[in-house]
Amino acid sequence: MKYENYIKVEFPSKSANEGFARSAAGVFASQLDPTMEELGDIKTAVSEAVTNAIVHAYPDTIGKVSMRCRILEGNRLEIVIRDWGRGIEDVERARKPLFTTGGEERSGMGFTIMESFMDRLQVRSHPGEGTTVTMVRVLPKKSRER
Amino acid sequence: MTIKPEYREGCLRLSFQGELDHHSAEKALREAEGIIDRYLPKNCILDLSGLSFMDSSGIAVILRIHRRMAETGGRLLVDRPADQARRVLDAAGLNRIVPIREIKETVQ
Repeated sequence: MKYENYIKVEFPSKSANEGFARSAAGVFASQLDPTMEELGDIKTAVSEAVTNAIVHAYPDTIGKVSMRCRILEGNRLEIVIRDWGRGIEDVERARKPLFTTGGEERSGMGFTIMESFMDRLQVRSHPGEGTTVTMVRVLPKKSRER
Repeated sequence: MTIKPEYREGCLRLSFQGELDHHSAEKALREAEGIIDRYLPKNCILDLSGLSFMDSSGIAVILRIHRRMAETGGRLLVDRPADQARRVLDAAGLNRIVPIREIKETVQ
């Protein structure tokens, strides 16, 4: 696929990196001149995907998480969050609102929020091999007034 | 993420400031529950106007505080969520469980 720009970062699954990942995605996305609302949506979706990798992919260990952000043709921002953790048995079930295996400190709304804040969400997972979450948000060109 | 408590006549206002995510949620919840247990208020107001970021971890924190208040016969209100937090609350449908007061409702 033709891209105009990209970044790729990799970090251990430590919760301190959640803020870093969403901020990095936000700064990269700012090239597409997003509104405050669009920027908030993108950072929130990234935070959810990265938190899932940290909490669910590596429940008892520290593992590797990667994030790739690309600007594709047509002002599309694509974000891929990948881990090599335990994977999701039943992706369809995991995407349902309020479903969580994370106990009371999780709300089970992560995928619901990713779905409602991004234009496209794809989740591919193989138990024991890891999970790849691909999200796309179209950021329409703004007519600027000067 | 910091919490500023103010207590007056049975009403506890907890002002959340900073970023509420999975990284900060556990500490924030422990702190909020500790303050609630100290005052045992009739009403608790969660002021979210100072939150620069919140994700679904914040939803779990609010639901836990809601339950804590319900256990002691008290009530919880979410007050003036910042725009980004408001979108997360809406996407999660939190207003079906906890009442939310908008910024515009408090402006004179």
